[in-house]
Amino acid sequence: MNSSRADAALSPPPGKKLRDYVETALPKIVLGPTLACALVFVYGFVLWTAWLSFTESRLLPRYDLVGFIQYVALFENDRWWIALKNLAIFGSLFIGICLVTGLLLAILLDQRIRAEGFLRAVYLYPMALSFIVTGTAWRWILNPGLGIEHLVRQLGFETFTFDWIVTPGMSIYTVVIAGAWQSSGFVMALFLAGLRGVDDSIIKAAQVDGAGPVRIYTRIIIPSLRPVFFSALIILAHIAIKSFDLVMALTGGGPGFSSDLPATFMYVFAFNRNQIGLGAASAMMMLLTVVAIIVPMMYAETRRQHRG
Amino acid sequence: MSSLTIRNIRKVFGAVEVLKDIALRIDAGEFLILVGPSGCGKSTLLNILAGLDTATSGEILIGDKVVNNLSPKDRDIAMVFQSYALYPNMTVRQNISFGLEMRRVPKQEQGEIVDRVAKILQMAHLLDRKPAQLSGGQRQRVAMGRAIARDPQLFLFDEPLSNLDAKLRVEMRTEIKLLHDRLKATIVYVTHDQIEAMTLGSKIAVMQGGEIRQFGSPQEIYDRPADLFVAGFIGSPSMNFIKAQAVEDAGGVGLQLQTADGPFVLPLREAGEALRPRMGKTLILGVRPEQISDSGTVLRTARYAYARKFRIELVEPTGPDTLLFVRINGETVCCRVRPEQACAAGESMELAFDLSKAVFFDPDSGKRIG
Amino acid sequence: MVEVQRTETAGARVIGRVMLYALLILFALYYLMPLFVMLTTSLKTLDDIRGGNLIALPEQVSFDAWIKAWSSACTGVNCGGLSGNFWNSVSFVLPAVAISTLIGALNGYVLTMWRFRGSDVFFTLLLIGCFIPFQVVLLPMAQTLGWLGIANSTTGLIFVHVVYGLAFTTLFFRNFYVSIPEELVKAARIDGAGFFRIFWRIILPLSPPILVVCVIWQFTQIWNDFLFGVVFSSGERQPITVALNNLVNTSTGVKEYNVDMAAAIIAGLPTLFVYVVAGKYFVRGLTAGSVKG
Repeated sequence: MNSSRADAALSPPPGKKLRDYVETALPKIVLGPTLACALVFVYGFVLWTAWLSFTESRLLPRYDLVGFIQYVALFENDRWWIALKNLAIFGSLFIGICLVTGLLLAILLDQRIRAEGFLRAVYLYPMALSFIVTGTAWRWILNPGLGIEHLVRQLGFETFTFDWIVTPGMSIYTVVIAGAWQSSGFVMALFLAGLRGVDDSIIKAAQVDGAGPVRIYTRIIIPSLRPVFFSALIILAHIAIKSFDLVMALTGGGPGFSSDLPATFMYVFAFNRNQIGLGAASAMMMLLTVVAIIVPMMYAETRRQHRG
Repeated sequence: MSSLTIRNIRKVFGAVEVLKDIALRIDAGEFLILVGPSGCGKSTLLNILAGLDTATSGEILIGDKVVNNLSPKDRDIAMVFQSYALYPNMTVRQNISFGLEMRRVPKQEQGEIVDRVAKILQMAHLLDRKPAQLSGGQRQRVAMGRAIARDPQLFLFDEPLSNLDAKLRVEMRTEIKLLHDRLKATIVYVTHDQIEAMTLGSKIAVMQGGEIRQFGSPQEIYDRPADLFVAGFIGSPSMNFIKAQAVEDAGGVGLQLQTADGPFVLPLREAGEALRPRMGKTLILGVRPEQISDSGTVLRTARYAYARKFRIELVEPTGPDTLLFVRINGETVCCRVRPEQACAAGESMELAFDLSKAVFFDPDSGKRIG
Repeated sequence: MVEVQRTETAGARVIGRVMLYALLILFALYYLMPLFVMLTTSLKTLDDIRGGNLIALPEQVSFDAWIKAWSSACTGVNCGGLSGNFWNSVSFVLPAVAISTLIGALNGYVLTMWRFRGSDVFFTLLLIGCFIPFQVVLLPMAQTLGWLGIANSTTGLIFVHVVYGLAFTTLFFRNFYVSIPEELVKAARIDGAGFFRIFWRIILPLSPPILVVCVIWQFTQIWNDFLFGVVFSSGERQPITVALNNLVNTSTGVKEYNVDMAAAIIAGLPTLFVYVVAGKYFVRGLTAGSVKG
């Protein structure tokens, strides 16, 4: 039919070769800028920072290598050790609390609840806020003069004290409180999506086999959420290691530098104290921490999946 | 419509040779089936024909024109996909006219073409729907309409019926056949379904492991399969393969067979002439289920046959025929009889081998002898 | 016997449900408490704050703190309130979101529909980039922005946020486009459409769900960012998060908690608004990368 149609349109237009060449190369051309960005601004900059960490750069970068001086200085610095200790405390408590509350909330919400959508929205809204806003709010709530301490005392408990936020050694725990408040809803959302994804027929089979609700959760559903645990763990670990805004807004790293984390340490030394070399070294240590924690986890998980 | 010539096409992915020296030619208006198990390279070959993939070496000619270096849009082909690949955001009308629009066919002419195609495929009432509102069969129809509208030199079909249910598949198969008769189009059609291959094709290329194992007309391939693979792949239920020794039998060649009731020699007479040089050697007898049937039927139709009582191990009624299974030389052999002739499992009945169409294979090379 | 047991279970069921709801509501109150406290505090006068307590309602609703936070509060040396910083944030967030989303969409399109040798390696390379702590790039980036002449400028912030947002936007679109059959693109190529035409006519019309997810995600991320803001901008060019932090940490004068709270709400309002309007997509964005990838 219709052979009169558009013979002209079909005959190759002049210069087609070039056009075809461009057409085939287009996908690569489109990815080009992103590739360049990744290579330069991610990988290149990591190497650049690594280089800086082996120099004596202070206010201005210098590029003559001096070996591990900055790393030695870093690990002789008490403040760095405090930051590391705080990261361990904050990281483990923050991740633990978020996982437990997140899972608990998800299971509670999974019981065919009225107004589930509303409750879910309430649990999750902190995630939409900036850590700075969260920090500001909790800084006010936790301040001993007019915050919770004041409130409880007004209720008649005259000797009640809750002054962690101004107590060295305790202020890092207030960061945990605010951090968990902000992120646990997110973990809830992850787990809830996981729960909804569990195959119904497995649950029915278990019910037919006579398993009660508790047993169904502990033996069947929760084990099947393993990939979700894994995702949540990686994301939370990542949030913990790079935590910066929350500490800045909540405690400013204080009192003194008792609630410093590596991220605030890096910022203060690199940009406020003009110790670029030391800042670079601490940044590299943060990167290594991420690599040391996340890479083995991902490796173990992918291996497990391959075997499964 | 154009002829299609494929010259020595090779495709290598890393260390894997997906296509090994594929060569064939069909005339304008022929319906070529590429059939084979999954992974045999048939879809890769189709993609290369379409220009969606490139060959490592070799040439493709549509008509007299080498199209290797042309992009898909310049090859003047149309393709129907297994998933139909209808544009979900467009109506049926827009789906059909998209290719015309891209080729700058004037608007008015686009409309005429769409209407004509809709009439051919009886889907005028569907033109303003979106693909999501169509049933599987209707989508299939739209996908074909989109191809027809372009009036290409060559149609490519990539397993177009695989996503349909069994009943619809048979219907659409008939429709594609009618369409081919009507359009006199040159078609290359990929499928893994040997029934589709037999019913639709004017030429079949049976592929396996990146090679064409046999290229010929459907009947040729059915009656004279080139090797064990083709013989086993085409036909359902599959051809029976019985390994047996060629022995002297009344001046001719016979095959030494063994059943539970004892050994016997199957006389081959004329069919065995080609086997004379292989006297005493082991070979493989290939015989289709319908060639072992109740002796009444076979003896009436076959040029020569051999009848004998066999003990039936299993009975499978299919409706039009009943399949009986007997054991010969340790192999389970399928025989096809008329339902009323079938006996019960465990009983014995007389079955006759129609040897005029029997084929023999070399057990080492797998090739047909003679 | 059976009857008795049935009523017992029914009773236990009711008690169980009540406890369940009680627990859920308790948690809800806990999560809402800080927002409530922020809101009430921002509407109190300073006297009211000192006289009352955390959860008391304002004696008398006053918007003075809001007005001050918006137009006259002092952050460091500037006493123009947060309005300037708010519009700063708007002015770099919107272009950064638009650009990173567009490039991400094109990248995702290539990575799923036009794969070539090495494109998977590229994607892995990009994904790994998601995991680096940004502290590792701060020092070189500060220097580079200086060389490019866009340090402490809106352009500079747009640039930084686009560069470090690409990994995520690409991931979003790639994971979405993976579920679109490749045949669609093949069919369009045979129909005669080219790379951009297919994107524009076929792929983009299928993308609204992921576009919304991506835009919301990027908007929230960039609006809420503090690290890049505090490192790469200063003074009047600072985004609102940095200004808020400065305001709260300004130690001169009387601590005006009501102004702090009003400022915090102002800083959080755009993302909260987005969350209320399109929460479903927000959640989808949060879970998209993690559940799938």
